[in-house]
Amino acid sequence: MREFAYRRAARVSDALTAVAEDAGARYLGGGTNLVDLMKRGVEEPTRLVDVRRLPLDGVQVAPDGGLVVGATTTNSDVAAHPEVRRRFPALALAVLSGASGQLRNVATVGGNLLQRTRCGYFADLSRPCNKRVPGSGCAAIGGVHPNHAVLGHSEHCVATHPSDMAVALAAFDAVVRYQTLDGAGEIPLSRFYPPVGDRPDRETALPPGALITAVVLPGSAVSPRSRYRKVRERASYAFAIVSVAAALDVRDGVVHDVRIALGGVASRPWRAGSAEAVLRGARPTADGFRTCADEALSDAKPLPDNGYKVPLARNLIRAVLAELAATEENR
Amino acid sequence: MIDHTRTDVSLRVNEAFHRLSVDNRRTLLDLLREDLGLTGPKKGCDHGQCGACTVLCDDRRVLSCLTLAVAADATAVTTVEGLAAEGELRPIQEAFVRLDGFQCGFCTPGQICSAVGMLAEHAAGWPSAVTAGDAPDRVPELDETEVRERMSGNLCRCGAYPSIVRAVLETAARQGGAA
Amino acid sequence: MSPEPAPGAVGASRPRIEGPLKVTGAARYAADVPLPDLAHGWMVTATTSRGRVRDVDASTALAMPGVLGVLDHRNAPRLDQGAGNYFGPDGSLQLLQHEVIPYAGWPVALVVAETPEQARAAAAALRVTCDAEPHDLDLGLEHPAARPASTAFGPEADTGDLDAELAASAVVVEERYRTPEESHCAVEPHAATVWWDSGDLYAVDSNQGAFSVSEVLAALWSIDRERVHVRSEHVGGGFGGKGACGPPVILGSLASRRFGRPVRIVMTRAQVFETTSSRPPTDQLLTIGADADGRLRAVRHRAAYALSPLAEYIEACTEQTKVLYAAPAIRTQLVAVPLDVLPPASMRGPGATPGSFALESAIDEVAERLDLDPVELRLRNQPAVGPVSGLPFSTRRLVACLREGARRFGWAARDRRPRSRREGALLIGSGVATTSFGAGVFPSTASITAETDGTFTVSVGASDIGTGARTALTAVAADSLGVGTEKIRIRIGDSDLGAAWGAGGSRGTTSWSFAITEAAKKLRENPGDPAGPVTATVDTTTMIDFRPGGERQTFSAVFAEVAVDPATGEVRVRRLLGLFAVGRVINPLLARSQVVGGMVMGLSMALHEESVRDARTGRLVNGDFAGYHIASHADVPDVEADFVPDYEPQDPSGFNGLGEIGTAGTAAAIANAVWHATGTRHRVLPVRLDRVLEPGRAAVREP
Repeated sequence: MREFAYRRAARVSDALTAVAEDAGARYLGGGTNLVDLMKRGVEEPTRLVDVRRLPLDGVQVAPDGGLVVGATTTNSDVAAHPEVRRRFPALALAVLSGASGQLRNVATVGGNLLQRTRCGYFADLSRPCNKRVPGSGCAAIGGVHPNHAVLGHSEHCVATHPSDMAVALAAFDAVVRYQTLDGAGEIPLSRFYPPVGDRPDRETALPPGALITAVVLPGSAVSPRSRYRKVRERASYAFAIVSVAAALDVRDGVVHDVRIALGGVASRPWRAGSAEAVLRGARPTADGFRTCADEALSDAKPLPDNGYKVPLARNLIRAVLAELAATEENR
Repeated sequence: MIDHTRTDVSLRVNEAFHRLSVDNRRTLLDLLREDLGLTGPKKGCDHGQCGACTVLCDDRRVLSCLTLAVAADATAVTTVEGLAAEGELRPIQEAFVRLDGFQCGFCTPGQICSAVGMLAEHAAGWPSAVTAGDAPDRVPELDETEVRERMSGNLCRCGAYPSIVRAVLETAARQGGAA
Repeated sequence: MSPEPAPGAVGASRPRIEGPLKVTGAARYAADVPLPDLAHGWMVTATTSRGRVRDVDASTALAMPGVLGVLDHRNAPRLDQGAGNYFGPDGSLQLLQHEVIPYAGWPVALVVAETPEQARAAAAALRVTCDAEPHDLDLGLEHPAARPASTAFGPEADTGDLDAELAASAVVVEERYRTPEESHCAVEPHAATVWWDSGDLYAVDSNQGAFSVSEVLAALWSIDRERVHVRSEHVGGGFGGKGACGPPVILGSLASRRFGRPVRIVMTRAQVFETTSSRPPTDQLLTIGADADGRLRAVRHRAAYALSPLAEYIEACTEQTKVLYAAPAIRTQLVAVPLDVLPPASMRGPGATPGSFALESAIDEVAERLDLDPVELRLRNQPAVGPVSGLPFSTRRLVACLREGARRFGWAARDRRPRSRREGALLIGSGVATTSFGAGVFPSTASITAETDGTFTVSVGASDIGTGARTALTAVAADSLGVGTEKIRIRIGDSDLGAAWGAGGSRGTTSWSFAITEAAKKLRENPGDPAGPVTATVDTTTMIDFRPGGERQTFSAVFAEVAVDPATGEVRVRRLLGLFAVGRVINPLLARSQVVGGMVMGLSMALHEESVRDARTGRLVNGDFAGYHIASHADVPDVEADFVPDYEPQDPSGFNGLGEIGTAGTAAAIANAVWHATGTRHRVLPVRLDRVLEPGRAAVREP
């Protein structure tokens, strides 16, 4: 780990200025990913600007029934918040499915969104990686990649996004709020993570120096009827192989609204919009769920060693939708 | 402002106040171990993947290996050494010894600090992945499945898990939640 | 059965003596010992599997704050090349002595600095260039370099007319089984704090046998063993991975000699994965012929394991095939394949753990083919004497383990047809496996001092890596001296305490307790002058009968129940029960912990563990705890274990070891349970979810 300077910001404006001053500066939230990567030499900031104690924490109920979750709210506090659990159960479940109690106690909402991939080659300085060193190549494509992407990847990068929380946020049409020295801005989660293309190192659409201040969850009738299911190599404390955040609102025997997002399959949380369209207005039958799951994976391009993720994701979508259809509200 | 690579920090550790200058790279774990001689917290992986370095920071369980010492400025830290008065054992510690909730003992300080933090989280009504789907107003009952999920951030290669779970459940039952 | 032992400390459940130290953080491990003027070393490792170091450019690193220096093969002090292990010279000890890179992860330099942060930063700034050469990591029975394994542990089996018996068999099962490279994963990384004083070498080291480490260090430095002092009071797990003289203590001795200061080296988790030993991958072929009534006619067990050319090693996969079943023809063929791999070492249940996965899966397949209950099949093939040796078993309580285990598990109610039990969309199955593990004793010394206050100081070069040795040996000493345990003060984990076998091979406690009981006998026979302390010292080297007239083995039967979600491939172990015959049990509380722990490791092996390497470089791609998964709390049910009454007549106290056997058998029991649940046989470990997943499966709780 290279030597670095440390500043603790008392105000958002101080933090923005401190980062703007130094091209090598990084915001420090809970540090659970950044400090890990600094020890590995993957991240080499010259200055850390600690934003963890900025007054950006807390969960507020919005007039539309949605929520505004402050960027420095810890994962634990998000998951334990009664309004999160009541209005967006899949979000609470997703957060609790990630990491461990200790990590969730310090990891922040903003930091969670900015997690880097856990692709082993990304963290191995002896191997090429287009995310770490643009233009150096991708070691995963011709290497070991059973847990890499099946959707939306490119010849330049096949890494997946590790966040569970972001998968639920994708399903709920969340919006990311940020601040720069030029003012405040918003980016819908659907555009927050750009397509991989030929620049896998460009991981978010945030302007340079921007600080995430909050995540907005629009209110909706479907969100309380939501679930998150995560499949991984062991029962807990592991990243997803495939995960599904889904919400289902059945009225009068017809699907009124449905949301499906997948984790562990792409460089970003993967919203399965066309699959939702298949189901919307249809009856919630096993056949319908199968068709919907098939549609969600219709563009999948598995790599030589991760083809199993396609049927796994399909099966998981069907499982979660069936579980939601069987709940009291939807019967 | 001139950028420095060292910072003065003040923190309370096991009720004792410390003020020291640290290399900004120093983690809370290394501060405890190298600067304060508190070697109860262990470095099993140094990357947040095993839980052996778990301490309580402002009463919450955290991984001291991923906490920079400078970021822990002005916090109150409790390590396994500070859980009980000298020569005494806290109920959870006594249960670990009696029920043999460890073998080599290396992950044990982390398991115990984690259990203390976890029981407080449960007492506060926090959900786990096992119960988050339940109604938000219901306090989840602590059973084996709950304890296992909530303690999964603490790996034990000796495989003492069944005895650890027993020790945690017994302590919770005896103390009404306080470990 | 046994001479009924007098009631005493042995046989009673007692918590660990050092328990209060361990739950309060007071127990000091190798990286915990405070020392003034301590410097910190940081290893730099090779990233290619085979090649040569061309250059180590330390110019940047040396200019960094706090850096004392950099050691590499050009400037490190020289070590004796003849130093070795049990089998002979061991090239893996020759760190920083030459430019050859024998495996990915080989240490190529050591940075020494005032603080760990400075050392790590300088290590990252070191520019190491290597010339890579083609490597070979592909293990297979048919590998052209395969050669017969060392027979140092005993000859191959070749009894009866194998071909004729196979030809006469009603069914023949011939299947191939593979187990991957696995890592010990003790939660304490290998670490050492090392210093020189007046020509003597001192180390606080994380190992499984301080005495043998001191012997190796003495050989490396060509000094008298008495001048090497290794202490290992508390060790954070070993499982075989700390049996050798590890890189931290060797490199620490080099650095401390070079810089004239105490040096501490704590390996990073990634280095533990890539630089310390692993359980080698195996490729095994089982051929079993049986009559229609389930009598085995022939068993052939061929096995290959990966070996590093640096040192000899035996992964004795075929041992149980010589012990478990009666058959007119038994043949074993164990081959070693020299590859550019991390040097293998014993890992919990060495040989037996991968070997029993193959043998006990194949036996299950025989039962399947014959439509016979797998417990019944095993009961029908129990030998009266060693099926290969022809020697009687000194004790063999395997049938008792099987019958008692089956009773407790509720085995009789099992429908043996696969895929016959469901709970919702989950498939439920159960499986069984039996195992044996050789027991015995190795030379050790022990001293007992009768103090003038009526207490006894017992000194033995034992090692407690979590086994409970300290507590068990205290009980043994108390009973042999005829006093209460409160009168015993035990000293272990120090090479100055005399020659002793390490914690390994399930022979630690038997070896040490033998020496203690003999020392106690000597002390009672020669009480000496009661006015001063009296010491009796015993070396058991000449007392051990290495060619006893009977086979000395421990046995177990393991039962597992799994729930499988075919839609996701997730396998969860719901019940795990082990019954063990391990001689007289010294401390049931601690013994149970140990075999339960072994079963947990077996569960982890069955479902999770696999070192994955990139074929292009041979480098690990999952060398940390986030990539190499070991079972977490959530994976482990309330494992049940118990002991059948047993007594080992070859041991003066009736003991046998039990450290290894818990792990053996568990993977096969679980894999057999997965077959029973799903109807699909898993012959490759781990039983990963992508291998279990059934595409197009209906979902759980489908409406």
